[in-house]
Amino acid sequence: MHTTFPRLMLDHAQARPHAAALREKEYGIWQTTTWAQLVTLVQRLAGGLAEAGLQRGQHVVVVGDNRPRLYACMLAAQSLGAVPVPLYQDAAAPEFVFPINNAEVGFAVVENQEQVDKLLEIREQCPTLARIWYDDPRGLRKYDEPGLAALDALIEAGAARVAREPGFFDAQVAQARPQDVAAMFFTSGTTGNPKGVVHTHYSLLDRAKAGQDFDRLTEREEVLAYMPPAWIGQNIFSYAQWLACGYVVNCPESASTVTIDLKEVGPTYYFAPPRIFEGLLTSVMIRMEDASPLKRWLFHTCMAVARRVGPALMDGKPVPALDKLKWTLGDWAIFGPLRNTLGFSRVRVAYTAGEAIGPDLFTFYRSIGINLKQLYGSTETAVFVCLQPDHEAKADTVGVPVQGVEIKLADSGEILVKSPGLLKEYYKNPKATEEVLTADGWYHTGDAGFLDAGGHLKIIDRAKDVGRLHGGAHDGAMFAPKYVENKLKFFPHIKEAVAFGDKRDRVCAFVNIDFEAVGNWAEKRNLPYAGYTDLAAKPEVLELVRECVEKVNADLAADALLAGSQITRFLVLHKELDADDGEMTRTRKVKRGFINDKYQVLIDALYGGRTEQFIETAVRFEDGRTGSVSATLKIVDAKTFAAMKKAA
Amino acid sequence: MAGQEQGRRSGDVILDIKNISLSFGGVKALTDISFNVREHEIRAIIGPNGAGKSSMLNCINGVYTPQQGSITFRGQTFGHMSSRQVAEMGVARTFQNLALFKGMNVIDNIMSGRNLKMKANIFQQALRLGPAAREEAEHREFVEHIIDFLEIQAFRKTPVGRLPYGLQKRVDLGRALAMEPQVLLLDEPMAGMNVEEKQDMSRFVLDVNDEFGTTIVLIEHDMGVVMDISDRVVVLDYGKKIGDGTPDEVRSNEEVIKAYLGTSH
Repeated sequence: MHTTFPRLMLDHAQARPHAAALREKEYGIWQTTTWAQLVTLVQRLAGGLAEAGLQRGQHVVVVGDNRPRLYACMLAAQSLGAVPVPLYQDAAAPEFVFPINNAEVGFAVVENQEQVDKLLEIREQCPTLARIWYDDPRGLRKYDEPGLAALDALIEAGAARVAREPGFFDAQVAQARPQDVAAMFFTSGTTGNPKGVVHTHYSLLDRAKAGQDFDRLTEREEVLAYMPPAWIGQNIFSYAQWLACGYVVNCPESASTVTIDLKEVGPTYYFAPPRIFEGLLTSVMIRMEDASPLKRWLFHTCMAVARRVGPALMDGKPVPALDKLKWTLGDWAIFGPLRNTLGFSRVRVAYTAGEAIGPDLFTFYRSIGINLKQLYGSTETAVFVCLQPDHEAKADTVGVPVQGVEIKLADSGEILVKSPGLLKEYYKNPKATEEVLTADGWYHTGDAGFLDAGGHLKIIDRAKDVGRLHGGAHDGAMFAPKYVENKLKFFPHIKEAVAFGDKRDRVCAFVNIDFEAVGNWAEKRNLPYAGYTDLAAKPEVLELVRECVEKVNADLAADALLAGSQITRFLVLHKELDADDGEMTRTRKVKRGFINDKYQVLIDALYGGRTEQFIETAVRFEDGRTGSVSATLKIVDAKTFAAMKKAA
Repeated sequence: MAGQEQGRRSGDVILDIKNISLSFGGVKALTDISFNVREHEIRAIIGPNGAGKSSMLNCINGVYTPQQGSITFRGQTFGHMSSRQVAEMGVARTFQNLALFKGMNVIDNIMSGRNLKMKANIFQQALRLGPAAREEAEHREFVEHIIDFLEIQAFRKTPVGRLPYGLQKRVDLGRALAMEPQVLLLDEPMAGMNVEEKQDMSRFVLDVNDEFGTTIVLIEHDMGVVMDISDRVVVLDYGKKIGDGTPDEVRSNEEVIKAYLGTSH
């Protein structure tokens, strides 16, 4: 696509001046901004920014929720050849310091008092930050800070400039070339400083267009923008594709009204990480628990039909006429109203990405007639690398390479990508750029995976965590701990799992039960227990976990590459892994090294063939006191399966 | 910054209470109370249980008629006045034990605060005739601004009885604001709230004072909150005024300390 963001806006305004571009719910009513109105607003903002001294190539920080005027500010900056840098609105003030100084940001446009306060807090550490404009003036009346002003003032100043010099805006837009830098996104590094990912108009718009063609998106789509605009996922869906396709982006009233707004808008194109889908499903299930017995019966009966028939229908496979009739009746009684309640009645294409999605969760949405699919991509690849075609959505793959993308596997199993949407560079960080972007044009994703028989990409783990088995029946086979652990964690009864196997002859695992889920399960069976440690040691619970483990093994056996990762022995830990004890990070990722050392005796017992092992562990309670838990843990053998040969 | 705030707030006396005495039979609820409220200030009335705080508010509000003394509001002196007249003069209040319509939703509850401002009669309203419909739309818009201000957009259509207590308090405040009051009487706005809800409510009280310039008279038990957000404080004990001044002055007042820490009478 050889154009730029502002150029596209002008094209839409010319073709359809009175069509809606953006909607925002304010004072209980959806307020529409048309393309023509948007152009006027952007022209004035650009005029104002130019008056304030914004130069081509400079960076402008934008912080806030999805707000039409903030989107307009990004367009205004791009019109002047400057680079918008959206930052996460929920970040703490100190987290802004690095990006602002790294990009030598002089101007910031923010949503409200909360963001103004944060910027003022760090102002002394950011000497370049000269001007701050805010969208919502509430609470800011008495602020008397140099350089701080309302966005209205900027628009006013810009209007004067536009009146004085009518050709100014078009001349600025004409100067922009597709290969110019269009935006910069900071990725939250787990270690060290964040990195600024630099994208050009071309890289972002080419990918936006690829996604558009893949799903045949039109200007009639409706999108609800409610994830942070600093996240490239939201930015692509509600900014790049918005301008590429010319559809309507709706901004919710506030974070707490998203579910209501979703229902009112009825988006046709939807994107969310798995946890959002999980949250929606949980709320449905909780409400069903409270429903009358008749309604519950109807729901569960219909859902049984949906699980059996729905996925096949969605995949476009032939279904017996009677089943189809049953599903249609279910649709009339339950699925239709349910889709409406969720706000999904009009969804044509829905995507989930960002992390692994549980198969049950994924199937639930597909079985009630929502075209939920997965995609693969990252900030560095401008999102669209792989997408699932309409009838080929599976829970454990992420789809086929989309138009323009080449995929290659490194010897280590790492996925390499060549695509027009690759980042230009990490800002002022040539060393990091070199590490991921090799001279021959391949981008190193850091993910390990492979293409399955149908040409679908399957992600198994971060490349650095993937190990090899050593000795035993599966000598040299790939071992992907997170892949195995995720499969275990998709069972509601298992909260956490740690798999071992790198440089060992077979795979063993620690399991944490989900206290609440297993507690409920035990209560329904009149199984008394005294607490977590006691419950975790019940033979019935071990049996329950063993069933889960064996299901995972059966699943793994179906995959020739991963058959060696089947869990041969496991134990259920006597305490929950906890960040307070240093066993996990604050974002709930297991710290493998730490656990290896702390539970060495248990690992030895697993591999040493013992049937039980005594352990005493120090724990830190929430109030800071320490104590210890001790238990004799039983070690359970799980059935493994012979690797299935791939169906020819 | 703080000095500037104080300066902006102190206006002319808007409400002047002189020598108010109120008794129920032999029980003297209030004895010879005098104090004034300046425009745009936040004025607190504090005191231990049974000190007469709510009685004082009810006198200003027209619910009780004091046996002695006078109340001057905007230069108009009166000994007795009905609650409706007081409301029409621009005094709104919230209640210690919420008096919301539990079965009605948030919009309707706040809308009820616009009642005094509606001109259309009941028949026009019932039939939604042109002027009545237009009027309702205007009032609804005003209510929407309050909903936005109090950040309760997610609960527009929720019956008030189903909201948590802290949010109900917010709706109660919203209804009082719907009257566009010049003086807002708040009866223990923070009672029964957790720390977070108290912080939220304090911020809203300050914002109301800030954004709309509303004069606020509040009764509060929670000393911490009062000292933080009020400009001046009146202290009552056993129906008598024992202190009056800025939070700092009141805090160092011997009698106040005695009343709060307890002493033999």
